[in-house]
Amino acid sequence: MTTTTSPSTSRPAPPATTTGARRTARGQRRRSTGRRSTPLTIVMLAVLAYFLLPLFWLAVSSTKSTQDLFTTFGLWFSHAPQLLENVRETVTHDDGVFLHWLLNTVLYSVGSALGAALLAAAAGYGFAKYRFRGNNAAFALVLGAIMIPTTALAIPTYLLFAKVDLVNTPWAIVLPSLVSPFGLYLMRIYAADAVPDSLLEAARIDGAGELRIFVTIALRLLAPGLVTVVLFTLVATWNNYFLPLIMLNDPKLYPVTVGLSSWASQAFGGGSGANSNMLALVVTGSLISVIPLVVAFLLLQRYWQSGLATGGVKQ
Amino acid sequence: MVLFLLMFLAPLGYAAYLSLFREKLIGGNAFVGLDNYVTALKDPLLRQGVLRVATFFVIQVPLMLLLALAFALALDSGLLRLARVIRLGIFVPYAVPSVVATLMWGYLYGPDFGPFAQLSEKLGLPVPHFLSDGWMLGSLANIVTWEFVGYNMIILYAALRTVPQELYEAAAMDGAGAWRTAWSIKLPALRPALLLTLLFSVIGSFQLFNEPKLLQPVAPDVIDNAYTANLYAYSLAFTGQQVNYSAAVSFFLGLVIVIFSYAVLFIANRRRTS
Repeated sequence: MTTTTSPSTSRPAPPATTTGARRTARGQRRRSTGRRSTPLTIVMLAVLAYFLLPLFWLAVSSTKSTQDLFTTFGLWFSHAPQLLENVRETVTHDDGVFLHWLLNTVLYSVGSALGAALLAAAAGYGFAKYRFRGNNAAFALVLGAIMIPTTALAIPTYLLFAKVDLVNTPWAIVLPSLVSPFGLYLMRIYAADAVPDSLLEAARIDGAGELRIFVTIALRLLAPGLVTVVLFTLVATWNNYFLPLIMLNDPKLYPVTVGLSSWASQAFGGGSGANSNMLALVVTGSLISVIPLVVAFLLLQRYWQSGLATGGVKQ
Repeated sequence: MVLFLLMFLAPLGYAAYLSLFREKLIGGNAFVGLDNYVTALKDPLLRQGVLRVATFFVIQVPLMLLLALAFALALDSGLLRLARVIRLGIFVPYAVPSVVATLMWGYLYGPDFGPFAQLSEKLGLPVPHFLSDGWMLGSLANIVTWEFVGYNMIILYAALRTVPQELYEAAAMDGAGAWRTAWSIKLPALRPALLLTLLFSVIGSFQLFNEPKLLQPVAPDVIDNAYTANLYAYSLAFTGQQVNYSAAVSFFLGLVIVIFSYAVLFIANRRRTS
């Protein structure tokens, strides 16, 4: 199909027609050329195997009992697959604490992701479309803030929260995650492009207030960028381990990451006895906790890929 | 407008409040001035931790970025079959929490029941001790690389897709082959994106914490409480109860990271002008 359409859409072909035409075709629909390289594909498939290997192991292992985990070959199924049983045990162990963790994770990450995205959108839009005193200095500060490692801030934040009794509450997780300098930076770049000044002028002439302009016009135009920020803050909070680890000590409040690692250390440290079955639970729990994000990324790939392009290209 | 200012000032104020608090903390119960920092500079454990993450940075980051670059170029070259599957497959580990990633690799590394150990036993080879002292840094590097190559690759790939088509056409007319195009057009176009990924990697590798912390129960002899600088700060605050000193250590670590980031920026900018 491409070979027939490309010559007609490209310019008059130069003498070296074949490569020239193909190159053009490649640009228009890069992934549908006739010219493929089998060796390169094989190399990349090997690479792919490396990246999927641990996940494959996880999926296989979640069907095994703890005993089989030790005795059967790690990368293939055992004779007695028991995935459902593992899942049941995982969610019922300790009065269903795992479900609590899962719910906590969802609450924390969705809450901070939405909040962070809104804040980033408002601030980024403000930076892109308004001139105010200290505009550039403030933005330089934001850029500097990207470089300040969140983990180095975490312990001071913990000490601060300990003073105001926020430690060991959900707020201790959500509040620090609301501030996303990188999200702000992304939104500023995005807003500068996506919201035309003339549209804002027109709205002002029609008598719309600034807040209304932001809510009804700008937010809508910023939607793809917003999805990117939401998704990446979501991942950051979902996968966050350090912050909840230091902030929370009530197991009922743990997110999945901290909960799983506490199970894991029980499995390793406790040895036999009551904990002998922990390992299978850890493995199955890991699998369950991985699935939602992977699905979200696959479903929303169109958005985050374009959003990342914006951030990476214009510095 | 005021609202936006407020919205924006809220995080800034939060940061400012934090920084105030940090000062107040050091002068809190008993004013000791910069004593904590002096102690930190002399602390052999901290120095060891910082050196270790610096080593980690020097080894892991170039490797990871080169791999990401190679993958991005391969994907963009249009020569691949199944390009979409490969791209997403390499990216997927990014969506896996580092806790889970470390647990998985921890089992895979295991000398008793890990599949690598099982395989080499069957083949009669010596069992590789991924969790021994000599291997540990490499094993950690492998985990981090596994997690983040895909993320960096996607950033670079996205940047490649925005290269205007005319450039490729012009290059093709000038008779440039695939390699030449990659070198003269794609690499320069990737520079800002590469810089961005480099910066994130600096920040990420210097605050290495999750992976060593989670491998600690598996290899307690190799990973002590000061294995990385961040782990040290954590154990100071939560097992050592030396809260003030811990705050100084984490602030110091932040400083090191900022200095490194600016050094990276500076070098990159100088190259660009020369």
